[in-house]
Amino acid sequence: MIFIRKLWAIVWKDLLSELRTKEMILSMCLFSFLVLIIFSFALGTEVMDLKTIVPGILWVVFIFSGLMGLGRAFGAERDKGTLSGLLLCPLSPWGIYLAKVVGTFIFTAIMEIFTLSIFIILFNLNLLPVLLPIGLIIFLGTLGFSAIGTLFSAMSAATKSRDTILSILVFPITVPMLIAAVKATETILAGKAVAEVYPSLKILIAFDLIYLLIAYLTFTFIIEE
Amino acid sequence: MRKLPSYDYIIEAKGVKKEFGFKAVLKGIDLQLKEGDFLTLFGPNGAGKTTFIQILCSLMLPGSGKVCIVGFDPRSDREALCEVIGFVSHHTFLYPNLSAFENLKFYGTMYNVPALGEKIEKLLELVGLADFPNDQVQTFSRGMQQRLSLARAVIHDPVVLFLDEPYTGLDQLGAEDLKQILVEFRDKGKTIVMISHNLDRGLELCNRVAILRSGRLVYHEEISETEIVDFKPIYFKYIEKRPLPFQVAL
Repeated sequence: MIFIRKLWAIVWKDLLSELRTKEMILSMCLFSFLVLIIFSFALGTEVMDLKTIVPGILWVVFIFSGLMGLGRAFGAERDKGTLSGLLLCPLSPWGIYLAKVVGTFIFTAIMEIFTLSIFIILFNLNLLPVLLPIGLIIFLGTLGFSAIGTLFSAMSAATKSRDTILSILVFPITVPMLIAAVKATETILAGKAVAEVYPSLKILIAFDLIYLLIAYLTFTFIIEE
Repeated sequence: MRKLPSYDYIIEAKGVKKEFGFKAVLKGIDLQLKEGDFLTLFGPNGAGKTTFIQILCSLMLPGSGKVCIVGFDPRSDREALCEVIGFVSHHTFLYPNLSAFENLKFYGTMYNVPALGEKIEKLLELVGLADFPNDQVQTFSRGMQQRLSLARAVIHDPVVLFLDEPYTGLDQLGAEDLKQILVEFRDKGKTIVMISHNLDRGLELCNRVAILRSGRLVYHEEISETEIVDFKPIYFKYIEKRPLPFQVAL
C-alpha cells in the first residue's frame, strides 16, 4: 500500500507539473495534428483503400508524437536537478521506473485520444462499432511503448542530444510491437472477426511483458550510473 | 520508520575510492564519526568533496571500499539508508512548478511521514516561509529556495544530515536562520556532515574538521572553540596556499 502511495505521489507530481506548464501535452498534440493534416493532404480523399493504410498512419503518428514526450520522463528531472532528490527517496529504482511508465502512459494516452478524434474527422471513419477492440490494441501498444521508452529515457537523460539518441534507440526496438499493433488495427478496421486479432494481441502482450522484464532487470544499473 | 541496526560508528568509510574514467577522484578515504558529531569538510575546488558526500548518501557507489551509514550499506540497504538521511545540495531538488506546500507534500509522502499537513506547516514556520505555502517555487529567490530545500531535507526527521555548501545563495538573515536550524538539529544529537568553502561559517558549529585534498583526507581532528582561530593557518598549510594579505588582516 505504501509502495502504491509513493508511486502515485510521483505520478501526481508529474501530472500537476505538466498541468501547470502544458509544455509536453501541447507539443505532442500539435505535432500529431500537423502530421495528420499533412497525411490528409498528401493522400487526398480518393485513395483506393483507405482502411489498409490508415492503421499504419495512425501508429506512425502515435509513435512520433509519443517520442516527443518520452524524453521528458527523466530528462525533465535531470534538467531541473531533481533526479537526485527522487533517487534519495526511500523507493526502489523499480518503483521510480513504474511511476514514470504510468506517467508516460497517461500523457501518451491523452495525445492518442486527441489524435484519434482528429483522425476520425479527417479520414471520415466510423470507429464506434470497433471502439473496444481498437481501445485494447492501443492500450497494449501504448503500454509497451511507454515501458521501453521510459527505460531508454533514463539511459539517454544524461546525454547532450538525448532526443536524437532516444529516437535511435526506441525505433528499432519497438518495430516488432509496431508491426503487431498495425496488423491488429488493420484486421479490426477490415471488419474481420475479433478472433483473428488474437495472434497480434498475444504478440503485443508478450512484448509488453518482455519490455517490463528487461526494465526490471536493468533499471537499477542504468539509474545508478 | 524501520528498526535501526547496531553500529559502532554512525558514519564509517573504509578505503573509499572513486574513478571517473582514468581520473581518480577519491584515493582511499577512511572516516569514522560517532552519533552527534558535526563534521565540516573543507578543501579546494576539485578535491572530491561533493563526490565523497554523494557516495556517503548513496547517490553514487564507490569504485572500491566500504561505506556504512547508521549500520546500513548503500549497496544492499539503499532504501533503509534513504529513510535515515537528509541531503541539502547545490541543487535544491525542488520542483519549480509546484508550490512550497506541494513540494513538501510530495517528499513527505515519499518518506511516509505521519501527520504530514501539520509537519509541513511547522517546517514552513521554521524556515520562515509560512507566508508563502501556495506560491510556486519558481517565484522564490535563491535564498528562499535554499530554506525550502532544508525543510525538504529534514521533513522525515533524519538521523544524519548531509549538507553540500548550504550557505550558497543565502543572505545574512538567511544564513543566520540556517545556522539556528543547524544548532537545533545538532542539539537534538543528530549527526551532521557539511561541506563548506567558507572557513568562518564552516567552523561555527562543528566539533570535528577535516580537509580533503586531491582525493585524500589529509587532516581530520576534533576541534574546540579555542582552536578555531588556529585552524585557518592549518588549512592553508594543508592545501599548500598562503593566505592573501587581506585574509590575514581579517
